[in-house]
Amino acid sequence: MDDLIAARSQMALSMAFHIIFACIGMVMPFFMATSHYKYLKTNDYHQKELTKAWSRGVAIFFVTGAVSGTMLSFELGLLWPEFMLYAGPIFGMPFSLEGTAFFIEAIALGFYLYGWDRFNKWFHWFTGVVVGLSGLASGILVVAANGWMNSPTGFDYVDGKYINIDPIAALFNDAWFTQALHMSLAAFAATGFAVAGIHALMLINGKNKVFHWKAFRIAIVYGGIAALLQPISGDISAKDIAVRQPAKLAAMEAHFETSKSASLLIGGIPDVENKEVNYGIKIPGALSFLAHGDFEKEVIGLDQFPEDEQPPVMITHFAFQIMVGLGMIMMGLSVLYFFSTWKKEYWQEKRWFLWLFVLATPLGFMAVEAGWTVTELGRQPWIIYGFMKTKDALTPIPGIQVSFMIFTAVYVSLSAIVSFLLYRQIKSLPNMEGEQPIVNQSSTQH
Amino acid sequence: MLYVVIAFLCLAILMYLLLGGADFGAGIVELITPGAVREKVRTITYSTIGPIWEANHMWLIIAIVILFVGFPPIYTMLSVHLHIPLVLMLLGIIGRGTAFIFRHYDAVKDDMQRVYNLIFTYSSFITPFFLGVIAGAMVSGQIDPNAPDFYSAYIGSWLHLFSISVGIFTVAICGFLAAVFLIGEVEDEAIKALFIQRAKVLTFLTFISGGLVFLAAEIDGLSLTKERFTDWVSLSFLILATVCLVILWKYLRTGHKTICRLLAGFQITLILGSFGYHYFPDFIIVKSGENLSLFNSAAMGLPIETLGWALLLGSLLILPSLFYLIYSFQRRPAEL
Repeated sequence: MDDLIAARSQMALSMAFHIIFACIGMVMPFFMATSHYKYLKTNDYHQKELTKAWSRGVAIFFVTGAVSGTMLSFELGLLWPEFMLYAGPIFGMPFSLEGTAFFIEAIALGFYLYGWDRFNKWFHWFTGVVVGLSGLASGILVVAANGWMNSPTGFDYVDGKYINIDPIAALFNDAWFTQALHMSLAAFAATGFAVAGIHALMLINGKNKVFHWKAFRIAIVYGGIAALLQPISGDISAKDIAVRQPAKLAAMEAHFETSKSASLLIGGIPDVENKEVNYGIKIPGALSFLAHGDFEKEVIGLDQFPEDEQPPVMITHFAFQIMVGLGMIMMGLSVLYFFSTWKKEYWQEKRWFLWLFVLATPLGFMAVEAGWTVTELGRQPWIIYGFMKTKDALTPIPGIQVSFMIFTAVYVSLSAIVSFLLYRQIKSLPNMEGEQPIVNQSSTQH
Repeated sequence: MLYVVIAFLCLAILMYLLLGGADFGAGIVELITPGAVREKVRTITYSTIGPIWEANHMWLIIAIVILFVGFPPIYTMLSVHLHIPLVLMLLGIIGRGTAFIFRHYDAVKDDMQRVYNLIFTYSSFITPFFLGVIAGAMVSGQIDPNAPDFYSAYIGSWLHLFSISVGIFTVAICGFLAAVFLIGEVEDEAIKALFIQRAKVLTFLTFISGGLVFLAAEIDGLSLTKERFTDWVSLSFLILATVCLVILWKYLRTGHKTICRLLAGFQITLILGSFGYHYFPDFIIVKSGENLSLFNSAAMGLPIETLGWALLLGSLLILPSLFYLIYSFQRRPAEL
């Protein structure tokens, strides 16, 4: 493994873990605030317990998200100093705003977690909403920074120098909106399905049914709506990159040759050597339609780019297929849920119904990972699209393999401990079958 | 606007040293507390710093963002030449933050607690140590962009007596801050006496290790001592800091909470101020003499302008809510 691959792997690994922690940390506060609102309105004891249970999850994920985010803010420099030297002042705007949002989130979380029975109950609830809103704002800002790497603007590149820097123009780069929309919806869908899946499993176990139903409903409504909206956002994204980053679209679709009335490829194994695709299903004209809204229009293929400016096709294509496929499954499940609520309520008592959602628990996060693989690999070999190559940004220090191994060990153990903690939190939920609140350890724990 | 940004950078570093430092120090105090009362120390630590500790660590993020947006050559130079201590510090940050939360949120209190405690206490020691090493390395003049080999480029830049002694000094400062801070939170007289005793030990250590920094500077051939004693402003800061220490010793006996805290905070501010004033505007002393200063490495023009505005607007939101948070939980600590 050479240093470049080691550095890219370390970055990918750090991002892959951070995105999970960050998504949950930014979406779960909304679930928590929803159940809290219901509790304040109806004085329902289950909703209160649910709020507290979820807030413990938020605390765990916020911290892991915060420390992994702190690491990333250093890793950018530790691994890609050349990139940060030039890019820092240009795309720094979203980061400096994100610093504020993140700070507010930490403060609001302090109020929220420790504020039970201390403050006015609506003020307390509001701090929970602030946790969610500032988390969402942080997420959008960081994605806008990534958008700049895909769509660099806000500077002039003259004789190898980045001059006339305009950080505001860089913040509102062409990619920020499509990417931020897609990612925000993805975070809601992924977290919604993951949380709903866990509560569905508890429902199958049969303990605290009423409690878990209330939890399941909140999570799946958020996740389901996001999953239903996601294809629209995906379509906006596709049309956007068709114009902005045609090489990425070509790699996603394994579209080797520029052609009019290009066909959409479903599945298939790209053969990069011979520039063809085996075993895929091709829908004529559909790619032209999805990319440009016209079945006849030309779609640029990889042949328009020199060899050393082409992104890796195989993984980008597979990742894209996985993302779309999982998105479709989640959309289908959302339709199923809303339909059952509307017409077939008795389905919800069936084991097969619950099992479908249990099996869907990890799908959203798998789709998120696949989606980021598309975004990041599809931009290669560039770190600043069209301006700086990833290999030129690499740190001069040798032996990145060692740091890659250390970070791998850290992230693997962190994930193991977080899963272990969640398992214990869920297992130790009190029995809440009765009407009367039962005093127990978790109601004294904040 | 450059001065606004520099002011926020100084504020972020100071706040991180004071609040984050007291936070690390809580782990250090736990480490040097006899086993029998450790559980009590943990409870006190949690109820005192629980609500605010996450905010305390945001200062580091603010500082690092200011550096990479406003002063990218400084950020880049640090990341390249101090890669190794930065990674070690990061590992400490991860271990500490997660262990602190995990030990509280683990629904089952069993042997895992010992693992969390072990990680928490040791990373509370490691993180400020490497922070100090990094700070020391920045002004040691051993960072050499033209270094011919791996050792002098990436290890010699920080592995020397001076940086190590600054590391130890930082650990002592953190422990000292936490001990002084925690005294005010204890009701139990026996534990209070223990904390006062620990605070004294740590004050003593701060003093000794502070002397060590000057000694190490002499041995390493840095002209710190001579320069410092001819730079009247920074010298008077140090003298004033020492005076504070004497007053603090007196008050530690009577244990007056607010005065002790203010004195301790003021003292650390003076020490940092003395360092800062001495080197300002240089931020990294480079071997070749082409030092990176806050002036020559600033991304002038719109980047600094917008950064300054972002910080000003951000602080309008952050500072009042932060003060309210600290105030609320000072008046009545979190119940467990």
